[in-house]
Amino acid sequence: MSTYNFDYLDELEAEAIHILREVAGQFEKPALLFSGGKDSITLVRLAEKAFRPGKFPFPLVHIDTGHNFEETITYRDKMVERIGEKLIIGSVQESIDQGKVVEQTGKNASRNALQTVTLLDTIAKHQFDACIGGARRDEEKARAKERIFSVRDEFGQWDPKRQRPELWNIYNGKIHKGENIRVFPISNWTELDVWNYIRREKIELPSIYFSHERDVITRNGQLMAASPFLNMDDEDVVFRKQVRFRTVGDMSCTAAVESEATLIDDIIAEISASKISERGARLDDKVSEAAMEDRKKGGYF
Amino acid sequence: MNILKFFTAGSVDDGKSTLIGRLLYDTDSILADQLEALQSSNRKNDDGTIDLAILTDGLRAEREQGITIDVAYKYFQTEKRKFIIADTPGHIQYTRNMVTGASTANLAIILIDARNSVVEQTIRHSYIVSLLGIKHVVVCINKMDMVDYSETVYNSIIEKYKVLAQQLKLEDVTYIPVSALKGDNVVQNSGNMEWYEGESLLHFLEQVDTDHLDRSQLARMPVQWVVRPQTDELHDYRGYAGRVLSGTFNLNDKVNVLPSGASSTIEKIEFFDEELDAAHAGESVIIHLKDDVDISRGDTIVNAAALPQESKLIEADLCWMDARALDTSIMYNIQHNSKVTKCKISEILHKVDINTLEKHAADEFKLNDIGRVIVKTADALAFDLYDDNRANGSAILVDSRTNLTVGALMFRAAVE
Ligand SMILES: Nc1nc2c(ncn2[C@@H]2O[C@H](COP(=O)(O)OP(=O)(O)O)[C@@H](O)[C@H]2O)c(=O)[nH]1
Ligand SMILES: [Mg+2]
Repeated sequence: MSTYNFDYLDELEAEAIHILREVAGQFEKPALLFSGGKDSITLVRLAEKAFRPGKFPFPLVHIDTGHNFEETITYRDKMVERIGEKLIIGSVQESIDQGKVVEQTGKNASRNALQTVTLLDTIAKHQFDACIGGARRDEEKARAKERIFSVRDEFGQWDPKRQRPELWNIYNGKIHKGENIRVFPISNWTELDVWNYIRREKIELPSIYFSHERDVITRNGQLMAASPFLNMDDEDVVFRKQVRFRTVGDMSCTAAVESEATLIDDIIAEISASKISERGARLDDKVSEAAMEDRKKGGYF
Repeated sequence: MNILKFFTAGSVDDGKSTLIGRLLYDTDSILADQLEALQSSNRKNDDGTIDLAILTDGLRAEREQGITIDVAYKYFQTEKRKFIIADTPGHIQYTRNMVTGASTANLAIILIDARNSVVEQTIRHSYIVSLLGIKHVVVCINKMDMVDYSETVYNSIIEKYKVLAQQLKLEDVTYIPVSALKGDNVVQNSGNMEWYEGESLLHFLEQVDTDHLDRSQLARMPVQWVVRPQTDELHDYRGYAGRVLSGTFNLNDKVNVLPSGASSTIEKIEFFDEELDAAHAGESVIIHLKDDVDISRGDTIVNAAALPQESKLIEADLCWMDARALDTSIMYNIQHNSKVTKCKISEILHKVDINTLEKHAADEFKLNDIGRVIVKTADALAFDLYDDNRANGSAILVDSRTNLTVGALMFRAAVE
């Protein structure tokens, strides 16, 4: 019998490809939620591995808060052009203009929570029955319990008490009208696994993941990029710092970390040694221990 | 470096969550902000040290009640392996969650409280391990600190467990005396139990050979998706995408496609931009066949020299997972890999009292019940016996009224 080298990244990859193909086989109108972050960029690579030389059986969907890092949008447009797949944009600004949501006020105002409404609207408008996302179980305790196929009602709500048992590698994608399923193909990956995979696959990332100099302020003990989207007042002192971002979200709530890491190898070394988990760099999770569970129940990704 | 998936089983308060917390803590897998949250939590051990169990008790209801009610997955790695842990609840009303956690595990850790020895729950959990066909079992005798690290206590417990292991045909059982709370023999070998000559739990987990990717002759690949670009330059391209469940497919192997029975030969195996000589268990690939056969999602490509069974009548073990009891008069959907068809449970052969392992006749199947049934399917399934090939010997039942997953099936025999 031939021997073969099937290491942990190969196994994670093969599992994710299997999940993506199950989505293709089981749903009428799936979509891949693309945030421009490294996890969704990894999903795009996995989709290429699952479906090429064919087309993706789903469009990419970007929920655009309007408070983006410019680098993310540049990256997104270049990538969409390279892969030649369809991109659908759901705009939070539009939801605000239509009066569906109200912009938050105050110092910690962010559009992060508003995204949920735009996402649900986009799902309803296009009648998506499955949305693929890049969430991982290692990110947070409530996520550690979420299934790979996770049912949402028409209000986007996740009910942790009514989760379907998920056995072996069999995924039950049956839903009622109005419901949809969130699918998390990289559930079993850790942050480090994602980085190791990106290195191995030589995947290009938006430049903000790497060390650069930028104007920042300190907010609730964390470094935030100074931007027009941040409600700043006289107490906020802007200074320049060598930083990078560990997640790519809304500019008003994604904290930077001080870093000299300019190469993937540096980042991997930094994370391996680092003692700040990735979600720690998001202000919105700090609110309470149950923060994530509440937001998930309310339809946040 | 490869992956080991394991799950933990024990009664409430035997220390499952603490043990997992200890593994994470002592392998430096807990990050600073999580640690900070732990330290500021008001749940503390009696001696004021941080309660490691909070690391896995994730949902608010669980934190409030201080118990585990759902499967929580945790990840850590050492230089030798990546570990995926399913922390499963021990209460009898959560048997289905344990079955869920066990279904993807290659190894089970069974916790026994040294003060209580083998109890009813130990029997139940061990039964689930044997039912789900988990090959490796580690019995951790926990809370050794509370029995003065006594070798006599330890020995009497393992003697008792050996009887159970034999009864359940558990072949590979390893015993380790630990204190999850103090850390003895979890990551480091303990100075408190010089009489124990075996390895620490982590060391054992790092080197246990799980051969979890089946290298048998039973080459099987359910087709999930047919790749047809239909572009000018790839006009005739037709590739069958799927994940090899078991065995190996080589170029030029003779294969059959089930259920049609059509035979062909493997012409090409692709993985993204590579062409491969072989596709092995666990790999997600695209296979091309020499002949133009009609294949769609739900079909299975198999080694022509080692065919699976095909039947519409299958004897299976069933674990019922829904609050609404089994109804033998209605049709359910059965999902076997990528294949979905209608089925009925045509007969209940027996139910198992999972606390005593006694079998008895039954005419109803309720939440968490386990027993032997006959499944009658609308289309024949191409399956292997669960003990020979877990991946192709298992299926789920879906209730078409609620769309919920209501049952887990392990195939034991084709009915003639
Ligand atoms: N003395 C002692 N107490 C332990 C040990 N392991 C766990 N405990 C305690 O037993 C209780 C239940 O532990 P927990 O991990 O929540 O049990 P679970 O219900 O199996 O998850 C907690 O108070 C733990 O601190 C041990 O090795 N020694
Ligand atoms: Mg627990």
